[in-house]
Amino acid sequence: MKTKKVLAVASRGGHFIQLMRLKPLLDRYETTYVSNQAMSGLPRFVRVTDANLDSKARLLLLFCQLLVTCVRVRPDIIISTGAAPGFFALLIGKCIGSRTIWLDSIANAEELSLSGQKVRKYADLWLTQWQELATVDGPEYKGRVL
Amino acid sequence: MIFLTVGTQLPFDRLVELLDGWAARNPDIKIFAQIGDAAYQPQHFEYCAFLNEKEYATAFDGADFILAHAGMGTILSSLMAGKPVVVFPRIAALGEHRNEHQLATCRKLEELKGCYIAYENDELLRLLDNLQSLEGEQISPFASDELLDSLDRFISNDGLPLPTSP
Repeated sequence: MKTKKVLAVASRGGHFIQLMRLKPLLDRYETTYVSNQAMSGLPRFVRVTDANLDSKARLLLLFCQLLVTCVRVRPDIIISTGAAPGFFALLIGKCIGSRTIWLDSIANAEELSLSGQKVRKYADLWLTQWQELATVDGPEYKGRVL
Repeated sequence: MIFLTVGTQLPFDRLVELLDGWAARNPDIKIFAQIGDAAYQPQHFEYCAFLNEKEYATAFDGADFILAHAGMGTILSSLMAGKPVVVFPRIAALGEHRNEHQLATCRKLEELKGCYIAYENDELLRLLDNLQSLEGEQISPFASDELLDSLDRFISNDGLPLPTSP
């Protein structure tokens, strides 16, 4: 059977460190990593622009970069630990037939992140890392990166 | 050596200034800091605004103790390296962040070994005074098996829901 293609997306810093804690899993697939900071030592890596809600123009650029990446890679699965790049990746992924996973950052212990709340309808698997935040309607809790 | 990092998104002058005051009284302890676009310029230790990946790794690896805002990246990195980390949460009410999630994170991490949380200025200074007694805790480099297995089941099953086991 063909190795599945995974697109693993996270902003720099804590989001990316959490994503890398899934590496033993991601290594089993043909995984392309996406972040807004240069990362060395990854065979397939795409750098995107650094954008947040403060800059509409940058958000648009980020969206376009992720659109191109998604169309090129055609991932079977998209997984993200946040924030903006992951939100766009899951949104685009839903339109091109990828299955999507949102793992909300462990930093959000009392309520889901803003992107985590907004991404709900694009996430096939919608996860929190805090049992207390899980509900029957989602998000689900299936363990944490720590 | 103490390595102070406040992350790359926002400055954290209150923490930098507190450490600067402490450093003036403790000139024997070497300190290096990444302070972002800070208004406060420390007088008693070396610092820079931003570090690239390699410079950050050098500063981090050379440190015996990490001092940081409550950013999960720094906390996880410290625990993965087995270095004691002193955490001082940003307070949104003081204009240090957009919301109080750092306080919330800290309250949940109080039980975590190797991670020392100071909520108040004087708590931080007490922790710094007792720095040599702080012990690190080495954690696994990877997420819990519970999480990895759940994600793997989802991915290997093409993201379709699993049949529930009887």
